[in-house]
Amino acid sequence: MNESDPRSITVVTTVNGERVERQVESRLLLSDFLRHELGLTGTHVGCEHGVCGACTVLFDGEPVRSCLTFAVQAQDHEISTVESLAPGPEKLHPIQQAFWEKHGLQCGFCTGGILMTMLPFLEENPEPTEDDVRHALSGNLCRCTGYQHIVDAVLHAAAMMRSDGGHG
Amino acid sequence: MKPAPFEYVAPGSLEEALAVLGEHGDDAKILAGGQSLVPMMNFRLAQPSMLVDCNRLANLDFVRVSEEGELRIGAMTRQRRLERDPLVARHAPLLHGTVPYVAHPQIRNRGTVGGSLAHADPASELPVVALTRGFRLRLHRSGSDRWVTAEDFFVGLLETALEPEEMLTEIAIPPLPSRTGWAFVEMARRHGDYAQVGVAVLVTLGEQGICQDAKLVYLSVGETPMAAPRAAELLIGSSLGEEDFAAAAAMAATHEIDPGADIHATENYKRHLAQVLTVRALRQARERAVVADS
Repeated sequence: MNESDPRSITVVTTVNGERVERQVESRLLLSDFLRHELGLTGTHVGCEHGVCGACTVLFDGEPVRSCLTFAVQAQDHEISTVESLAPGPEKLHPIQQAFWEKHGLQCGFCTGGILMTMLPFLEENPEPTEDDVRHALSGNLCRCTGYQHIVDAVLHAAAMMRSDGGHG
Repeated sequence: MKPAPFEYVAPGSLEEALAVLGEHGDDAKILAGGQSLVPMMNFRLAQPSMLVDCNRLANLDFVRVSEEGELRIGAMTRQRRLERDPLVARHAPLLHGTVPYVAHPQIRNRGTVGGSLAHADPASELPVVALTRGFRLRLHRSGSDRWVTAEDFFVGLLETALEPEEMLTEIAIPPLPSRTGWAFVEMARRHGDYAQVGVAVLVTLGEQGICQDAKLVYLSVGETPMAAPRAAELLIGSSLGEEDFAAAAAMAATHEIDPGADIHATENYKRHLAQVLTVRALRQARERAVVADS
């Protein structure tokens, strides 16, 4: 890629607290930027048109579809991916722990996107009902089918986060 | 899936953005929230040669009340903000109550008011609200601007009054008349999916509970948001009883909407749905109007 190509742009952004700078094509999706440029493969790519939710990341703290944003739009913004959740290699974030304990992962493909959707949801609604959780999950598809364990895990995570003061 | 290559500019001012549009016209496409445009680009249904990213136009992200008492909303205001802003709740309750039906929070965190209106998808909620509440829309081009009504703005399927060198910059929502009740109901297979049918209604009560004004607008039943003025006429002057609701719903569903069949529903089913949803919406709106009256 030629640097004088108007379609090639320098993007400077913050991903999981670290400043990154890359030369990218304007058409590169944020999801592909995270996976291919930064090696953060926890962000999964399912439908690539904003329906499945597997690629959900936090953009300035709010959940968004990374497949519907161009990498160049992350300029001067802060991105958080599922890799930012666990405080260390031996310890999981309470929401991850809850998914582990309640069998909220089946094949695991949709899990990263669900975690990045549910985390801000639980921060805003620390005591959700089962209905609230199902409603909040409506933008994330699980094709193993059977959302029951996922719902159980989110409710369990809410309880863990409440007793933890909200943070792992 | 990869979008076709394009040139990308992210102007820092409205003037700059309008100059680019003026120069490139039809070849350039405005990138607002990207929640409809980017999927179309990922599928290569849209292949603009230039994208004008308006996300740095911070002065198009606002919600305020004008001296005339209109609610003014900047085109780049995120849909999510409409759910959370107390000014929207107070001055535009129909808009405030309808936004949660627009896709999912992940979409509304990026999606903008202006983007949804300019995209003019007949299955979208915001164009229906715009027509129901008589939004005025401000369109800028380099050196000048004009206001158009929602009625004149929605021209056809994904088609608006916007010229290639124009940009939607601001929305003005008139004050809700007193003793007015509102409702929005839709039927979608899952919450957040495109609705099969949806309807927004307003009813205004006059003396002794007689209906003074009414408005009904439907989504997903034609090429644009579809208003039902004849159904509204049946309500005006009535006492908004169940039989009045039934007559208005039948009029709208039979004569004023134009639903096509799709893989989920036949035309007849959609007409039936429109009728049922209309009655539900009118009941809610009547209740709210009575509360607003007391």
